[in-house]
Amino acid sequence: MLATIESRDAITLIQIQEERLDAHNSADLKGQMLALFEEGKKNMVVDLQGVRFVDSSGLGALVSGFKNASARNGNLKLCGLQPQVQSMFELTRLHRVFEIFPDAGQALNSFLE
Amino acid sequence: MNESIFLDIRVPNETGYLRLLGKIGEYLAQSLESYPGDREELAYHINLVLTEAMANAIQHAANLEKSTELHVTIRVKNRRLTIKVYDQGQGFSLCDLPEPPPSCLAEHGRGIFIIRSLMDRVSYRKYDGGHVLEMEKTLF
Repeated sequence: MLATIESRDAITLIQIQEERLDAHNSADLKGQMLALFEEGKKNMVVDLQGVRFVDSSGLGALVSGFKNASARNGNLKLCGLQPQVQSMFELTRLHRVFEIFPDAGQALNSFLE
Repeated sequence: MNESIFLDIRVPNETGYLRLLGKIGEYLAQSLESYPGDREELAYHINLVLTEAMANAIQHAANLEKSTELHVTIRVKNRRLTIKVYDQGQGFSLCDLPEPPPSCLAEHGRGIFIIRSLMDRVSYRKYDGGHVLEMEKTLF
């Protein structure tokens, strides 16, 4: 799983650098997020701008991150969803679970409001 | 639509091949010039259902001692797209799976729901010592 991870204030920004988030690499993302939670991080933004395809495994990994963040009184927010990826969130009704923003800047700022 | 296409594909039973098979399905959909709908959307959906069905087959064969291959056929005929994904695992019951999407915070269980949502007919039955997941979509 190629992803860049950086911290801005107390928020961790994960930018996925893979075209597909599927059963082949979703466990890697889940593991990377878990490692961050174990380091004490609890607020995250996952930037999906570079992802044009997501399957149920990829959605499951993001739900796992969301649940881990919530359990620590934090939050995991999403940004940069391409139209087909957005449609998968709507089909599975996960757009009602996640806070979704157009870009990373707006997602990061939402933690400061 | 007069296209008649049949693809018979066998690859190692590994998730590293999901991308390849998904792309093949996507290219096939994009090539259906007489499809009257949105071909890019159809291509994405075919990529997705292939990926979901193959990941399911890989998962169900995970406990087998022998290494297995993934067998997929894709047929376009008489305005109908039929995808069959064969697995050699223990199988599962489609009836046991939820019709609506699983609870929003479930980490698993959305694959078959997605397939059912995007295809017109879905069946899963025993076949030659294993099982076959058959998915059909009418293309008009």
